[in-house]
Amino acid sequence: MTHYFHLPQLSLRFIPVWRRNYLVWRKLAIPSMLGNLADPMLYMLGLGFGLGSLLPDVAGVPYITFLAAGTIAYSTMNSATFEVLYSGFSRMHVQKTWDAIMNTPMTLDDVMLGELTWAASKSLLSGIAILLIIWVMGLQASFWMTLWIIPVVILIGFCFSGMGLVMNAISPSYDFFLYYFTLVITPMVLLCGVFFPVSQLPAWLQTVSSILPLTHAIDLVRPLMLGVTPNQAWLHVLVLLAYGAVGFYLALGLTRRRLLS
Amino acid sequence: MPVLSATNLRKSYGELKVVAGVDISIEKGECFGLLGPNGAGKTTTLRLLLGLIEPDAGEIEMLGEPVPKQARRARLRVGVVPQMDNLDPDFTVHENFMTYGRYFGLRDAEIAARIPALLDFAGLTNRADAKIQALSGGMKRRLTLARALVNDPDLIFLDEPTTGLDPQARHLMWQGLRRLLSQGKTIILTTHFMEEAERLCDRLTILDRGHVIATGSPRALIAQHIEPSVMELYGEQVAGWGQQFGDQLCERHEVVGETLFCYSRDGEALTENLKTRPHLRYLHRPANLEDVFLKLTGRDLRD
Ligand SMILES: Nc1ncnc2c1ncn2[C@@H]1O[C@H](COP(=O)(O)OP(=O)(O)OP(=O)(O)O)[C@@H](O)[C@H]1O
Ligand SMILES: [Mg+2]
Repeated sequence: MTHYFHLPQLSLRFIPVWRRNYLVWRKLAIPSMLGNLADPMLYMLGLGFGLGSLLPDVAGVPYITFLAAGTIAYSTMNSATFEVLYSGFSRMHVQKTWDAIMNTPMTLDDVMLGELTWAASKSLLSGIAILLIIWVMGLQASFWMTLWIIPVVILIGFCFSGMGLVMNAISPSYDFFLYYFTLVITPMVLLCGVFFPVSQLPAWLQTVSSILPLTHAIDLVRPLMLGVTPNQAWLHVLVLLAYGAVGFYLALGLTRRRLLS
Repeated sequence: MPVLSATNLRKSYGELKVVAGVDISIEKGECFGLLGPNGAGKTTTLRLLLGLIEPDAGEIEMLGEPVPKQARRARLRVGVVPQMDNLDPDFTVHENFMTYGRYFGLRDAEIAARIPALLDFAGLTNRADAKIQALSGGMKRRLTLARALVNDPDLIFLDEPTTGLDPQARHLMWQGLRRLLSQGKTIILTTHFMEEAERLCDRLTILDRGHVIATGSPRALIAQHIEPSVMELYGEQVAGWGQQFGDQLCERHEVVGETLFCYSRDGEALTENLKTRPHLRYLHRPANLEDVFLKLTGRDLRD
């Protein structure tokens, strides 16, 4: 049992796996991007303008600016999560693509590192697409400052890809993922400061919020949108790294047990 | 030195001993068959040999490398056709080759240069740009085999390569495998078709409940276990006939439903007897591997 949880053996061999997923995605890039982006964009524009027109400034800025920062983080999270859950599961369990790859000189560690980096890459695109809209609309305080959002988006993608792979490892079927959305993803969307400042929540909910990774993601992105250096930036970076790394490590052990026993 | 050898291989899932002390040794250029009823442990044995799962006990050496320790290195020179096709459905035939070749660390130009020969081998020369869903079962199976050859392997694993194929497709597959053998490649295959094993395999092992119950060339196994002549009698009266003549005319006989199998050294006296009984339908044939298989593993269903 314990021997499935030895440390990951990371190497550049993951690249062909990443490339395989990229080549498949490229075939359907446009519909896939539209599908991925329509949802967060409509939320941002609809709520931002619609609700925003009824609201005074939130945290000192127009509501749409406030919401845009949250949308980057939440859209990146969603994109990474969907990729490792649904697409990853279909490659692992339904199409048996992972089995085919492991019949070659590749190992499960290579495959999962490929999946992790791919999901993070794909979610980077989602994050950047929102950022593009923000630039076009001129919502940012300082263009140069918002460039820092790009590495933060990579970090967010890594974090939620790692976490999502744990679900992939233990899921018997697609239906199982609904639990993850209901119990983890949706609460984060509502409690971590996407739509309103966490400070509006009762104290006990603020405590819950403070341990959730999306809060830390937004604590990095929002100040950068507003043109200021995030407070305790390293703490937030470490939290996101930790969630992603622990998630990936757990996922790898659980998946080894699932596929290699 | 054998290309692939395993000694005392063991693997259990919970209480179930799926592989219970298997020894295998395969020489270069051999076609080696692994037979056994459903659930006998064939696929599990292949997965152990490939280093995909860890054995509870036993030593494996493949192409000079210890497995599972150096399985990755050994698999560089191995091709695998799995029991269930797992071609990449999002890709065309050509893209399947390219993608699979990259997993071996091959450069794109190298893979591209090999594709025409692989397409030809699979009989898919005009289908390079076809989608996988557009291929027939036989084409998919041949493509899976050709894909397994992308790294020009020395040793090829095939898990039930012809299950579900029609006779034409099966014969094409056999031709392909013979071509590989004539190129000096070594093959290990599992099959439920005794005829296939008899035609292709130099040697084979019959597994039952994780145990090796026989090993040898098809001919030697038949000679060792079954009398050379087999008469099959059909109809309601066979049981009565068996009681009357069975011990006298057959070395061994058994009744299965409304069929009587009569095994003998020579069928002369038996044929004389049957000529006088025109109401009994019968078939006279030489002993085959299926007789051996059924004798050793029994006629009961396994799962
Ligand atoms: N990962 C696993 N966990 C639990 N049981 C397993 C596992 N893999 C195989 N088994 C069991 O081991 C037994 C042998 O399976 P295996 O697939 O090796 O048989 P097989 O000889 O290939 O059968 P078939 O001819 O049906 O393909 C079966 O009873 C199967 O249910
Ligand atoms: Mg099998």
